[in-house]
Amino acid sequence: MNEIVQFENVGLRYGAGIETLSDLTFTLYPGSFYFLTGASGAGKTSLLKLLYLAQRPSRGLIRLFGEDAVTMSRERLPGFRRRIGVVFQDFRLVPHLSAFDNIALPLRVAGVKEKDLTTPVAEMLDWVGLGDRAEARPATLSGGEQQRVAIARAVIGRPEILVADEPTGNVDPEMAVRLLQLFEALNTLGTTIVVATHDIHLLSKVPGAQMMKLEKGGLSDPTGSLRNPPLPRDRA
Amino acid sequence: MLSMFVIPGHDRRLIPEGRLSGPMPWVIAIMIFLTVLAAATGLAFAEAGQNVSDQLASRATVQIIEANPDRKSQQTNDAAARLRGMALIDEVRVLPAQEIEELIAPWLGQTSGAQGGQDAGGFLEDIPLPALIDLKLARPAGDEELEAVRTAIRPLAPGARVEPSSSLISPVISLVRSLQWIAFGLVALLAMATAAAVIISARAALNTHKETIGVIHLLGGTDRQISRLFQRRIALDALLGGILGLICGTAIILLLGMQLSALGSGLVQSLGLSWYSWLLIGTVPILGMVLAMVTARMTVMGALKKIL
Repeated sequence: MNEIVQFENVGLRYGAGIETLSDLTFTLYPGSFYFLTGASGAGKTSLLKLLYLAQRPSRGLIRLFGEDAVTMSRERLPGFRRRIGVVFQDFRLVPHLSAFDNIALPLRVAGVKEKDLTTPVAEMLDWVGLGDRAEARPATLSGGEQQRVAIARAVIGRPEILVADEPTGNVDPEMAVRLLQLFEALNTLGTTIVVATHDIHLLSKVPGAQMMKLEKGGLSDPTGSLRNPPLPRDRA
Repeated sequence: MLSMFVIPGHDRRLIPEGRLSGPMPWVIAIMIFLTVLAAATGLAFAEAGQNVSDQLASRATVQIIEANPDRKSQQTNDAAARLRGMALIDEVRVLPAQEIEELIAPWLGQTSGAQGGQDAGGFLEDIPLPALIDLKLARPAGDEELEAVRTAIRPLAPGARVEPSSSLISPVISLVRSLQWIAFGLVALLAMATAAAVIISARAALNTHKETIGVIHLLGGTDRQISRLFQRRIALDALLGGILGLICGTAIILLLGMQLSALGSGLVQSLGLSWYSWLLIGTVPILGMVLAMVTARMTVMGALKKIL
């Protein structure tokens, strides 16, 4: 099976400080579902930044979609970023755009025509339960609603990898389950999902998902299942 | 260039646009206003210098220097007759005594003859002023051709001097040229100041919209897509400010033009703007907009390259 993400001895250091991430070596396979867990400050968000190309590592090798992401030129990064959906921990919605426009943003950046994006964006708004808030600005939405808009924006472009940083942190348990179902549905369609969470109860909600546990910047069980992850659930 | 004005509405909404809400259009308006004035000054001096040079290049003056009035009169008539026969010379005019008196009146004052109009020759009979013959040449003449004129009249009027008119006014022409280049230098300085203002404005806008830009970047937006948004905004600000500056500048130029015309004297009166100068001045806002757009693009692209 071709790997979609490959880390080899990856380290990340901000400035002259100590390494935030050390010697990360793992492989992610297409169509798999991963939970990334760890205490606050363990380096979950830093690892996700490397995954969604917001950061280059200080050392090591990262291969993404079969290409070296460490030495990749800046000009090629946008094309690769469009293949990755991101749910940011702080949502990062554009404050002066409506919920509809925020969700449509990845499609517009990718050059999708207006007539082709209205229906999928409206469907996505319905899916996250915000069909009646299409024109609402982020400031008028609750934390949970903003998070759902952020998730809808991340998945609207049918990314090959979805990276989500605490995506259920601000929603009630019922909505958390619905969002995980959305992730599972995407996963079934072939999207590789990486969800960072400190909520270990979520893990039981997605049977067959793999767990990566970070401790002090390193994988706590580098010789465990991540070295040999099982086949994606739909092929197991 | 036009493509940046027709970017979709939803893209334009990414960076909120407030027309004339920030200082940028007003700064550009002031810059364009000053540029229009400096450019008009430079062009007016250039045209005046050229006009005067063209007019004087084909004129010369012959001075008949002779203390004895009778001999001076005879030599003047002989020289004028000889000059009329030369191919180089189109027109020969002997200046009347009254006209000579008027020419020197600013230095020596009016004679009673000039004031009363009864004795025009007045003090000319007491002061050995040279007689003057004004020559209109068929073409601008070089030193050799003027020397040929001197040679032709020297047997008739041994004390005659032939002076090209351009030599009399060359210091003034030189001053006009200097003023012209100073004005064009001001235009260049103002263009640099405008570019600096645009750089500051673009950096401020980038800082204001840093979060939005970061999100667009991470969603796969290219530097070009992002810079287009800023280019368009700054270009429109520059165009609006430029039109405002042009209107104010043009009003001042027209007002000054009317006042200069009222002076009605010599070189000052020759200051004016031809239609192509006005056309050049009319392009100042467009050139300002292009300058602002290019500067904004370079600034934004440069800043974005520092982000991964």
